[in-house]
Amino acid sequence: MIALRAGGRIAADRSQQVAAGLLWLLAAALVLGLALPLAAILGKALTGDDGRFAGLAQFAAIVGEARFWDAVSNSLAVSLTTTMIVLPLAYVFAAALTRTCMPAKPLFRALALTPLLAPSLLPGIALVYLFGNQGLLKAWFPDGSIYGFWGIVIAEVFFTFPHALMILVTALSVADARLYEAATALGAGRIRRFVTVTLPAARYGLISSALVVFTLVIVDFGAPKVIGGQYNVLAVEVYKQVIGQQNFPKGAVIGMLLLLPAVLAFVIDHLLQRRQRALLTARAQPLVVRPQAWVDVLSTVACAAIGGALLVIIATAVAAAFIRLWPYNLSLTLAHFDFDNMDGGGWAAFYNSMKMALATSVIGTLMVFGGAYLAEKTRAAPVARQLLKLLAIIPMAVPGLVLGLGYILFFNNPANPLHFLYGSMTALVLCSVMHFYTTANLTATTALKQLDAEFEAVAASLKVPFWTTLWRVTLPVCLPAMLDIARFYFVSAMCTVSAVIFIYTPDTVLASVAVLNMDDAGDTAAAAAMATLIVAASALICLVFSVASWWLSRRTQAWRIR
Amino acid sequence: MNRDWQATGAVIDALRVERVAKRFGAFTALDGVSLSVKKGEFLCLLGPSGCGKTTLLRIIAGLEAASDGALFMAAGDAERDVTRLPASQRDYGIVFQSYALFPNLNVAQNIAYGLKGRREDKDLRVTALLAQIGLPGIEHKYPSQLSGGQQQRVALARALATSPSLLLLDEPLSALDARVREHLRREIKSLQQKLGVTTVMVTHDQEEALTMADRIVVMNHGVIEQIGTPEEIYTRPANRFVAEFVGQSNWLAATSAGIGQVLLGDALLGATVTPPRPDGHPLELFIRPEDVQLHASWSPVEAQIVNTALAHVRKIELLGGFYRIALSVPGWGGQQLLADVVRSEFERLNLSLERMVPVSLPANRLRAFGPSTGAAA
Repeated sequence: MIALRAGGRIAADRSQQVAAGLLWLLAAALVLGLALPLAAILGKALTGDDGRFAGLAQFAAIVGEARFWDAVSNSLAVSLTTTMIVLPLAYVFAAALTRTCMPAKPLFRALALTPLLAPSLLPGIALVYLFGNQGLLKAWFPDGSIYGFWGIVIAEVFFTFPHALMILVTALSVADARLYEAATALGAGRIRRFVTVTLPAARYGLISSALVVFTLVIVDFGAPKVIGGQYNVLAVEVYKQVIGQQNFPKGAVIGMLLLLPAVLAFVIDHLLQRRQRALLTARAQPLVVRPQAWVDVLSTVACAAIGGALLVIIATAVAAAFIRLWPYNLSLTLAHFDFDNMDGGGWAAFYNSMKMALATSVIGTLMVFGGAYLAEKTRAAPVARQLLKLLAIIPMAVPGLVLGLGYILFFNNPANPLHFLYGSMTALVLCSVMHFYTTANLTATTALKQLDAEFEAVAASLKVPFWTTLWRVTLPVCLPAMLDIARFYFVSAMCTVSAVIFIYTPDTVLASVAVLNMDDAGDTAAAAAMATLIVAASALICLVFSVASWWLSRRTQAWRIR
Repeated sequence: MNRDWQATGAVIDALRVERVAKRFGAFTALDGVSLSVKKGEFLCLLGPSGCGKTTLLRIIAGLEAASDGALFMAAGDAERDVTRLPASQRDYGIVFQSYALFPNLNVAQNIAYGLKGRREDKDLRVTALLAQIGLPGIEHKYPSQLSGGQQQRVALARALATSPSLLLLDEPLSALDARVREHLRREIKSLQQKLGVTTVMVTHDQEEALTMADRIVVMNHGVIEQIGTPEEIYTRPANRFVAEFVGQSNWLAATSAGIGQVLLGDALLGATVTPPRPDGHPLELFIRPEDVQLHASWSPVEAQIVNTALAHVRKIELLGGFYRIALSVPGWGGQQLLADVVRSEFERLNLSLERMVPVSLPANRLRAFGPSTGAAA
């Protein structure tokens, strides 16, 4: 009996053994779908053409090229300009939503979030129709000057606007009314209050959204591919090296370099968020917004202008999908939806996308929620739990393009016993699940942290295994968060291009890839039609989820009503 | 060993903690704690935050593993080693500070959570438990619809539902407001007595411990300072820490002067000095304010009482049912002394700031400790 005491551990009962097994399984899945592909890129970047270890020689070679530095400075220019444009716009919009009595807030909010439903290729296509060689408003950008810097910037502003908006709305919706009252009582005017109270409170939100926008732009390749023309950026350079020239080592090296800004932004954001926690105390008084005619009118006008611009871009793409020959023959037609008689993958691409998005949604939600639950709520397998937590935050810092590249390098290696997965739907789903893992995991973890930490202890004292508590308590309570995760996964998987562009095959071609390919082949109207389908499918799914969550919350969330 | 005890018919302790230690890296949360809980006893673990009392409770519950030592729980007539058993294989019910009621389950479902068997039996048990905690008919309410005190009692019913041999309470009353807390103290205590369930409660509230416990374990910095009945803890604290943590106290610097005598200022006083100290050894005298006696007049009768001197009245403070008088005694080195006087007594004494008042310190209540290192005298 005394011999058993060594180690200071409590013996695991059966439920803890099950939890430990599941934890190791999930950790293994993340190692396989994330860590090993990333390691494969690193390996490739450090290996020369002859298959020998080359150290940093390839980095040095690329850094020596003028073409590379062009791409770097172009990428930085586009990212910084977009950030500087998006931030004030999103701030005004967020302030109008949170700090004014502007009418029709839900409508404006929905409008501002619609770009989330579209792949980043869509604004590029819309810009071609508006300002391109045959554009309605080509006089605004004469001689095709939309194909390049400004085209990319406008498309990226459209693409990143909702991301910045969501962060700023969160930052601005928590405000301590006592600080405003104190400032007013001390005689501070409107501007002084803004500088001394509003800005400091929104500081982290602003920095965080700037980092998110910057990262999204620098790693996005959809918009520059469609509207960038000869303007070369890093993300497109990776694509060209890998797809155009089959130069994997060079692609890997640039991919590694592309990781840098993303990792840097991620680290800064992480450090800042740790400091932000102390900002809001539990005793803060919520700010009550009072109507103020001129502020409300001004906000409405500003939001209408911004929302209108976003709407014009989406509407253009949708309209282009139904118009026979833009801008010469404006009669309506469904001819552009006849995908089966065009290059790019046909209707199969759309069905594949739906299948992939559904599978990603289901598997991703189960995996993320299961992982977050086991990591947060059980005490089994401490090593696996730490590994899981660590791996879960990495995808945020990994551009889709880099992850996709890692998948080719890892799964396409004939020596890999998992080689058979290469190009399969399974690999596409795994890649998408991993690509969006961090955000989903954050949602799940936040929801789980709101549950009393002692539920599992109580259940154990009552001799009830953890899965009973999971089924009867944790899942029902977290149902809204799970629906959010599932919807997020579906829409993201539907729209993603960068994560999957390297790993599809003719059998598994996807809608977003088809948009790219049709646009490449000059079939812009069909590309617009496919992009429209993606938006429609995403919107439909969002609607289905809203109805489902309304229905389920009526059935299962009755306890929330006091 | 267990068999011998069975044979001799000795009563087995419901819970025995043997030299249990818990270390988190370099930090020692528990440093070799030993105690035992008799069957049916209500034991309180009392101490300031960070003293290790919650860690000890969590180790008893199997939610933390002890770094060292052993735990034994009674199982029938025998004792079994539960040190390495998971929580689900020990036999106890627990109520947390947060209650941890499942928010999406109603009261009946919460209470029946650990029950097995037929539905009718469960319903009967739930109804009986609700009657016992004095909340009949709330089966179908959700936790968010209950007050804090009601939630607390439901959590108690859930912990008792499976008739565990041990009930663990982790600061069960600290989230409630004062009035409800006082009421629930009595409720829990009487329920515990009625059911005869062995109970270990963690609290930092000395009043709670004094009113509810059969025995109190005072803890500090991961060690046990004293184990005793509330009466023992209060009137005969083992050391300065216990004396200060439980109740109000006066501290007077003195030196030892012979057996049962101390030198306070210029005066020789009788006091309880255990263990005896060499003459001239510095001491700290301890006495509760309510044990300090004031006299209405200074006559030869009073002058005969041991440890009596004249005191200046420095401050008079009304604290509801009694007055707290701040005194200083010139003959005892002028150190401040607090005395608690009930209202009727106060009226009889006719105190005022201008007058001096005779004060005596009963020798059996005046206890001497070593200098303030916290170690026992």
